[in-house]
Amino acid sequence: MKLIIKTVTKPGSTRANKTGAWRSFMPVFDHKLCSKCGICAIYCPEGVVHKLENGFYEPDYEYCKGCGICANECPKKAIIMVLEGK
Amino acid sequence: MRNRMVVVEGSFAVAHAVKVSRPHVISAYPITPQTHIVEDLAQFAADGEMNCEYMNVESEFSAISALIGASAAGARTYSSTTSQGLALMHEALFNASGMRLPIIMTVVNRALSAPINIWNDQQDSISQRDTGWIQLYAEDVQESADTIPQLYKIAEDPDILLPAMTCMDGFILSHVYEPVILLEQSLTDEFLPRYSPEIVLDPKNPMSFGAFADPSTYTEFRYKQEKAMAVALNRIEEVANEFNDVYGRYYGGLIDGYLLDDAEIVIMAMGSVIGTIKDAIDELRSEGESIGLLKVRSFRPFPADAIKKAIKNAKVVITLDKNISIGKNEGALCTEVKACLYNTDFRVPVIGFMIGFGGRDIPISMIRNLVTKAKLVEKGIFVESEIVDLREDLA
Amino acid sequence: MSLLKPGHRGCAGCCDALAAKFVLDAIGEDCIVVSPTGCLEVFTTPYPESSWGVPWIHSLFENAAAVASGIEVALKALGKKNNTRIVAIGGDGATLDIGLQAISGAFERGHDLLYICVDNEAYMNTGVQRSGATPLYASTTTSPAGKISSGNPQHKKNMPAIIAAHGSPYVATASVAYAPDMMKKVKKAAQTKGPTYVHVHAPCCTGWRFEGSKTIEVGRLAVETAMWPLYEMENGVITNVKKLRNKKPVEEYLRAQGRFKHLFTAESGVEEIKKIQAIADWNVKNFGLE
Repeated sequence: MKLIIKTVTKPGSTRANKTGAWRSFMPVFDHKLCSKCGICAIYCPEGVVHKLENGFYEPDYEYCKGCGICANECPKKAIIMVLEGK
Repeated sequence: MRNRMVVVEGSFAVAHAVKVSRPHVISAYPITPQTHIVEDLAQFAADGEMNCEYMNVESEFSAISALIGASAAGARTYSSTTSQGLALMHEALFNASGMRLPIIMTVVNRALSAPINIWNDQQDSISQRDTGWIQLYAEDVQESADTIPQLYKIAEDPDILLPAMTCMDGFILSHVYEPVILLEQSLTDEFLPRYSPEIVLDPKNPMSFGAFADPSTYTEFRYKQEKAMAVALNRIEEVANEFNDVYGRYYGGLIDGYLLDDAEIVIMAMGSVIGTIKDAIDELRSEGESIGLLKVRSFRPFPADAIKKAIKNAKVVITLDKNISIGKNEGALCTEVKACLYNTDFRVPVIGFMIGFGGRDIPISMIRNLVTKAKLVEKGIFVESEIVDLREDLA
Repeated sequence: MSLLKPGHRGCAGCCDALAAKFVLDAIGEDCIVVSPTGCLEVFTTPYPESSWGVPWIHSLFENAAAVASGIEVALKALGKKNNTRIVAIGGDGATLDIGLQAISGAFERGHDLLYICVDNEAYMNTGVQRSGATPLYASTTTSPAGKISSGNPQHKKNMPAIIAAHGSPYVATASVAYAPDMMKKVKKAAQTKGPTYVHVHAPCCTGWRFEGSKTIEVGRLAVETAMWPLYEMENGVITNVKKLRNKKPVEEYLRAQGRFKHLFTAESGVEEIKKIQAIADWNVKNFGLE
């Protein structure tokens, strides 16, 4: 790895760090209840809740830290936090 | 038009040198005795003589911080300060060097408070010698001005990329009127290429400057700074010669000598006192003394090899320091010269005199006294290091 | 895909990460960001990684506004300014304590830049010590509640007013809990010429002591209890205020956070909560929230 003296290489290079390993609880999205409002995506501090082609939302579990904001804010209670078996 | 001398204030000559070096951004905060430099630059800007942004700020800390941002954005930058202002910048000096930003600054050497004192000594810049800035000390006004484009060339070298300060003694050089040659724009354009850094703050190529380096990566950054200083050691000599080729003037690269080759007594010093020492040496030589001068121009990087070579015939070495490390009872030049000799088998007594604090004048007679004192070493009387020229009624 | 990339080391539920995400996504790629030392800077740039999808620079703790000023001037000097926005994003400590001088100078000089203060009401990165933005009676590690102390005895410094007094053309308060409102204000501030300022309320789950999932909920309570009025000031005059239809008593906000727990257990708590309610009541009157 070449040491660039003043800077870091590549914008967004933190993607190498998979913070999904931090989780104890994981959010489970129930599309049957979902109204496609997008609030889960807006308020995810990691920016890893993504809109699917069909308009519903899913988290990127490689990075999701399991903070639970999406579940807490969902107006339809379509997201529940489940203890992840490891 | 070449070699046309004019009589101007030292500060004006320096401001003019900055102007012809074509900086993009100047930011500074006024403090005696630097004020005339920044005032002259402000006038140049107000008269449209510089294609440069001149930014007044609310403190020296903000001045150097603004230049850190400007330099990272790709600008050639300049500031000037002294004493309290330089001390206030202390944190940012490390930061600028660690971020490898080739900011150039004139330090108009002045004593540090407390007690408050506006006159010359070199405590201010010496106290910053660990910050990773190149430091060159000027002997006279011409050199103070000429060093500016030299430092840009050295600092902006892609293998160096370190900030650099040129040190000129406050009032003695900043406020004196001397005949000088004002640097010609055409020659400076020939000598100094444009500043075009490879990596800058640019939305088209986003990069992050100033990362957080934990124990696994921090050391290598320091190592690289030190390596850059080693490159600077050679480059300072080269650039001094390149300057001579274009302008026809040379004051030494890392060091310079005056009647040094056969000298048994060698006086070492930095800055304007060099001129006085040369006059003292002329007098003493005419009286049969075997005495010479070793001028240290570059203090950082420290030219250990050049110094060792230069004093190899000396029987006694005198160092003059306009600074002190309180608690060590020694000035920095003395300490570092002794240190670089220690592991060699060349043994010469090095006697340290600390003098000229807070602007106390150093006349030729004082230099002669110090030489007499130093010669007592032959009789076995050896004082390693002391503050001299003390007032009995106050000490 | 946000311009603040994942993989950063912010706490689960981090308010600073949310704030940065909203700022970048409101402004877009054509910007240069300056951060002072703080949580946001530390968790986004562990060498050799960076979360920032835009050019970014961190210098020191107290000089973000000065560094931003220098960048603005350099771009002008290099003829590269165009529409590139210069944005400083700093915490409350770096902005209204140690960085106050630099931001005052930058605003007095009138640079064309945007300063966003992400206010989590303490020096979070170093371990939750009090700052000039810490509200009355909040318990922090250097103003802890104890046998003879009810937490921070000082009132919160009114930074938007200080900035407005410098003649800024646009000053606004915002909250990470009101994302569309915040992004609209950030966009407006970015598009206004001159030095503009947005003060963002950022509830910190680690420092304020609540579950990370409640970050937005706590932020909403701050606004709904009038502890955090949302308003815009243009050229020193308040032009837009978020009115409260169902104002809640401050107790609901205080109960949700561990840093105010002592107010509900100590005897003096009743009077102290009344004092905090008085602050909320003053906000209602002063900003016309009802």
